[in-house]
Amino acid sequence: MDDNTTKGDAVTQNDPAGAPRPRHVRPYGDTTGDGMAQLSFTLPVPHGPRADGAAQQLANKMGIDPAMVVHSHPIGTDFTFFVVYGSVTHLVDLDAVRVVERDYPLLPPAEVNAALKRRLRRKLVVVGACIGTDAHTVGIDAILNIKGFAGEKGLEYYRELRVVNLGAQVTVPDLVRRARAEKADAVLVSQVVTQRDAHILNTQEMSAAFREATGAHCPLLIAGGPRFDPLMSAELGVDRVFGRGTTPGEVASYLVHAITERTAVPA
Amino acid sequence: MPLLDLDPAVVSRARDLAARAAEPVVALARAHTTVAVERATLRLAGITGADTAHRAGDVPWVNRVVDTVGEHCGLEHGVVLPVFHALREHDLGSLTDLAEATAAGQVRFTLPTGAAATRAGKAARTAVARGLRTVDRNRATRDKLVTRLGDPPQRPWIYLIVATGDIDEDVVQAANAARAGADIIAVIRSTGQSLLDYVPEGATHHGFAGTYATQENFRIMRAAMDEVSREVGRYVRVTNYASGLCMPEIAVLAGLERLDMMLNDSMYGILFRDINPVRTFVDQRFSRQVHARAGIIINTGEDNYLTTDDAVDAAHTVTVSQLLNERFAHEAGLPDELLGLGHAFEINPKVPDSFRLELAHALLARELFPDAPLKWMPPTKHMTGNVFDGHLLDGFFNLAGVLTGQSILLVGMMTEAVVTPFLSDRDLALGNVRYVLEAAGTLAEDFRPTPDGLIVKRAHQVLGEAVDLLERVVDDGLLTAIGRGTFGLMKRPADRGKGADGVVEKAEGYLNPATTLLDGE
Repeated sequence: MDDNTTKGDAVTQNDPAGAPRPRHVRPYGDTTGDGMAQLSFTLPVPHGPRADGAAQQLANKMGIDPAMVVHSHPIGTDFTFFVVYGSVTHLVDLDAVRVVERDYPLLPPAEVNAALKRRLRRKLVVVGACIGTDAHTVGIDAILNIKGFAGEKGLEYYRELRVVNLGAQVTVPDLVRRARAEKADAVLVSQVVTQRDAHILNTQEMSAAFREATGAHCPLLIAGGPRFDPLMSAELGVDRVFGRGTTPGEVASYLVHAITERTAVPA
Repeated sequence: MPLLDLDPAVVSRARDLAARAAEPVVALARAHTTVAVERATLRLAGITGADTAHRAGDVPWVNRVVDTVGEHCGLEHGVVLPVFHALREHDLGSLTDLAEATAAGQVRFTLPTGAAATRAGKAARTAVARGLRTVDRNRATRDKLVTRLGDPPQRPWIYLIVATGDIDEDVVQAANAARAGADIIAVIRSTGQSLLDYVPEGATHHGFAGTYATQENFRIMRAAMDEVSREVGRYVRVTNYASGLCMPEIAVLAGLERLDMMLNDSMYGILFRDINPVRTFVDQRFSRQVHARAGIIINTGEDNYLTTDDAVDAAHTVTVSQLLNERFAHEAGLPDELLGLGHAFEINPKVPDSFRLELAHALLARELFPDAPLKWMPPTKHMTGNVFDGHLLDGFFNLAGVLTGQSILLVGMMTEAVVTPFLSDRDLALGNVRYVLEAAGTLAEDFRPTPDGLIVKRAHQVLGEAVDLLERVVDDGLLTAIGRGTFGLMKRPADRGKGADGVVEKAEGYLNPATTLLDGE
């Protein structure tokens, strides 16, 4: 499902061929406009014809009509698992899709380095951490470690970046202290495993602490993680939010863009 | 039958290096105690419960007592001498009375000398020995139940995680999982519990992405699984986590409540929780001694290195860690059959021959540790949210597990990294395991890697790299190597990290009947 949305977003960008794309689309099974979708779910109903009928009813209410319950099997005595295929009656209005479009160019590492060197004449300092109780460094490591992610090298690989990775379970006061000690230009925080909006509260606490401690000299604050919505930057009090699937190159390119904007404004 | 033709000289060189790397750390562990070791000792001596009147919420009595002893006369002689001396001086009936009096500020702890010290030491030994007898009784009960109900009919044993945050809900999920074929139930802990410097009390219902490890939760789950064990006709094992700042105490609670397996790694806390290295090694040694006494299988955490580092480039760090974990475990009295050394299926599926490389690594672990119940961990790093790819990858993971004779198989979920598993995810995942076990469970009989083929060569290469790394670790010292980021790319200096202030160098005359009894002195 996520993939479909992503493809939908791409359509709103300029079509390289310049041909107009339709504003309204439906899911594609094997024929344009067939609306075919698949889903699976479990109902707390014992397996049997009644359960299959219940699944059919749910799928209809979700806008899948006709719906085919192609598979069902019991899980224990009280539950049934279903796989449903069918045509959805809904249309997607691409003009109503709201996403954060990348508003800066993607640069290869050499150009990132060159731009930073020209602009700063010193290395740009990036401090990264997982804050709160989150011990999952997979996100911050994918962006920072030289190993990188999705075939792109991490920020440590960039000659003009000095990366300080504080790792997991860093407290906000510690992060602020270390960021100031390192004279950080940018602070990256990652939140991977969170619950009850802890990722939002943690990030808000972090941004508030930085603004209080550093005032006008606040470093660029960047939050990342699969649960974040890139539209939330204002709510979180950060400069940028990166969601699922972000690569190191996107973050590096953003850093160049943001630093260029900042240094362009007379102090 | 060995398939890799490993050179026995290289294998024994690797073990010898691991022993040399471990030696100074063991000496360090013997020379220090920690607040957690002292609290664990008091738990063995019979202190239970918490100070519910404290303004910080429930503070366990053991924390109140150990903290107060630390303030009054220091912990370098151990907590038991001042505690049992005070018990007599104040003429209190029980340790709980003493804890209450301590909280009320009525007790002044002092270090006894001469006959008073001998008397206090003797009383402490009696109390701690009583706790250890409970641990022994539990071990005997487990043996009896296994004899009566039986072990799982197949290898690998099927290990499943539940994590709802509410122990009552966990019991429902665990019972369903056991009925559906799980042999081992692990209750994952609430996020962040490893950094709590106390063990929460009572039955808990609000964890974060997991359920708090408490003595009462342990008891509830073990009792429920005893019931299910009778129903399904095999002994269902229960697992929890002896890791973090309270490793020794949790090990004691596991022994007192007859848990069967505990996650317990020699370096995990240092690397992934930034816990002070000395604190970790001291706590680890004590907790492993308790596990050895309780007949608890430990599970080590090598899978974690591969989630942070590359599973091909860092394969040898897994082998090194397994050898170190084995050494530390043997030193603490754990026999091979209680050594659930870990490793994982984490090679990027886009790497050519990734499955053959996985087989090479898994076979290497199998042949290096032939008598250890190896724990085989599923893919997590390359689970992308595409659940269809994930389900296929889990199938290959299961196949690698049966083909290389792994002992404990942690069931992979296609929704790894997406959501906490749905009821249906667990059901589909168990279906995946069952299919592979039934279709290919005895395929190992026909599996003979070519002597000069990629699998054999790769295994030899990884072992060679492990020996090289161990040589460097021996030269530099293990603590320095950890400080430099040798494992999992984490740099952890020996003087930093959480819980460092809870480490105390033992003074002349330090007394702890738990360590004395567990050391077999």
